[in-house]
Amino acid sequence: MDTLLIHLLNSLLYASVLFLIAGGLSLIYGVMRIVNLAHGNLYAFGAYTTAWAVGRILGGAPDASLALYALLPVGAVAAAALGAILEPTLLRPLYKRSEEYQLLITFGLLLILEDLMRLIWGPYPLSVSALYEGLGSLTIGESIYPTYNLIVIVVGAAAAAGLWAFIYRTQFGVVLRATSQNMRMASALGVNVNRVYVEAFTLGCFMAGLGGAIVVPQQGAVLGMGVDALILAFVVVVIGGLGSLEGALIGALMVGIVREFGITFFPEIELAVLYLMAAVVLLVRPAGLLGRA
Amino acid sequence: MSVNAVSPSRLLAVVAPVFLILVVLPYVIDPYQTVLLSYGLIFAIAALGFNLLLGYTGLLSFGHSAYFGMGAYAVAFVVKYLKIQSMEVFLLAGILCSALVAALFGLVCVRYTRIFFGILTLALSQVLWSLVYKFFWVTGGSDGLRVPTPTLLGGTVKMAVGAGQDKLGFLSHRYYYYVLVIFCICVGVMWLIVHSPFGKALQAIRDNETRAEFVGVQVWHYRWVAFLISGSFTGLAGALWVPLNGLTTPDILHWTFSGEIVFFTVLGGFGTFAGPIVGAVVFNYLKTFAVGYTVYWQMLLGVVLVVLVLVLPAGIVGTASRLGLRFRRAEAT
Repeated sequence: MDTLLIHLLNSLLYASVLFLIAGGLSLIYGVMRIVNLAHGNLYAFGAYTTAWAVGRILGGAPDASLALYALLPVGAVAAAALGAILEPTLLRPLYKRSEEYQLLITFGLLLILEDLMRLIWGPYPLSVSALYEGLGSLTIGESIYPTYNLIVIVVGAAAAAGLWAFIYRTQFGVVLRATSQNMRMASALGVNVNRVYVEAFTLGCFMAGLGGAIVVPQQGAVLGMGVDALILAFVVVVIGGLGSLEGALIGALMVGIVREFGITFFPEIELAVLYLMAAVVLLVRPAGLLGRA
Repeated sequence: MSVNAVSPSRLLAVVAPVFLILVVLPYVIDPYQTVLLSYGLIFAIAALGFNLLLGYTGLLSFGHSAYFGMGAYAVAFVVKYLKIQSMEVFLLAGILCSALVAALFGLVCVRYTRIFFGILTLALSQVLWSLVYKFFWVTGGSDGLRVPTPTLLGGTVKMAVGAGQDKLGFLSHRYYYYVLVIFCICVGVMWLIVHSPFGKALQAIRDNETRAEFVGVQVWHYRWVAFLISGSFTGLAGALWVPLNGLTTPDILHWTFSGEIVFFTVLGGFGTFAGPIVGAVVFNYLKTFAVGYTVYWQMLLGVVLVVLVLVLPAGIVGTASRLGLRFRRAEAT
């Protein structure tokens, strides 16, 4: 029973981080119709920035003070800032061209960002495990579970709720949804589409950066983490439906659960099962479980 | 985008000198450069196959690493399990296996277009990648599988190691010409395909799917055949690549390699027949130079790609032919 609970908590942990990445990816696609191949790199950028900022302040001190946890969102802000720069400079000139070019430019961006992080932070992993260990652990039945993991789950859930409220309960959310449904009509009604685009892109990048920032105490920041995360995020949005946030949530939960139990029970084909899930969903429901056709 | 009708004499005037240069080059440049050129020609075959989908059918596949890798791994399996070292068997195995995978994946993928096609091909290629990566007792996992130097033409062209003929000598001479011959055959076959009624039908589908369907083209079926041919060409390239590289690893199945295939096709220009060929050879030199020049070679390639998309979307060949056309018009007036 305890083991099952631990597995479930781990699934939720995966799902939280995946939702943050995939939710951003899906939001960007939903509003702008762009599949951002560099999205995983923004997640990695968030992780690196947080690890670097916390590491600078922590110095060599073994103990983490509580104040340092307030630094976690730094990565999210940095990723958002990067997004706010990238959208108007690189993506905006391409909206009128076919989507092949948009995929290509984000692929070029992926290559650039990958090496930019190597250039800034070097080839070795950065870790801030002090933050992870600083919270100690809980005893669940006869097992021990790190408290920090629970925080990640809470942040993931809070982000999902916050995003939902933001999109369905605010003025900005209305404009965002209107632009997503019909960009021309929204523009004709006086919506500044360029501004909505840059805001949506920034918000998506913020979420990816937040995902990286909260995962870094647990896993550390390594090169290549972005590319790996991107593919899993793809699986999530394909299952849930490109452009649908509810879909991203459900997809993240499904992928989180399958991954956790896959690693335990069928490690050899765990990844293959995930990709096959995505392929099967695409075949049966091309728009995803909750996507609009 | 359309392929202009080119008169045979002008075609010959372009192709013959290039062919001659390719034949003479190994005697002029050092062996290392020849091997590099072999890589370029092999990637060109892959790009040629890829462009049948992107340039002529209008489908952007982000999963062509699957067929390249399948060709390569088929060869490695032939060596490992059947203990055969004949290049012709390699090629046959590579084409058959990649065609099989392409037929299967194609059946699934061609029902979609645009972004969904891209993601579906990507997801399926990643299935193969993860299987090869995880089943290390069959595939060697991340260590990959070694492939020794093969015998060419059923052993009539001997590869005598230690008898004054080292591996580099073999690769830079006999193997180069072997690759060159197959490359020429592939170019010829692809030329015939895109200029056949079948090729015209594909272009009709690309330009207007609904109209093509009204005219009586079975869109779905044509796309599937194009997918199959495309995958087989890329698989053939994979089979040719392995002996040159001596090793196959899961890297060539990963989707980032698919990205490179897309990259060099766009670099050359996917709206033209020769574009992918030029792009592949140039990309190969560019990457080799970048890797040797800096640790940050990915960034260099990324910048090239971004600039290319923003400034030269027609690619090298597309831009060159446009400039050439303008030049000739200016001359005529």
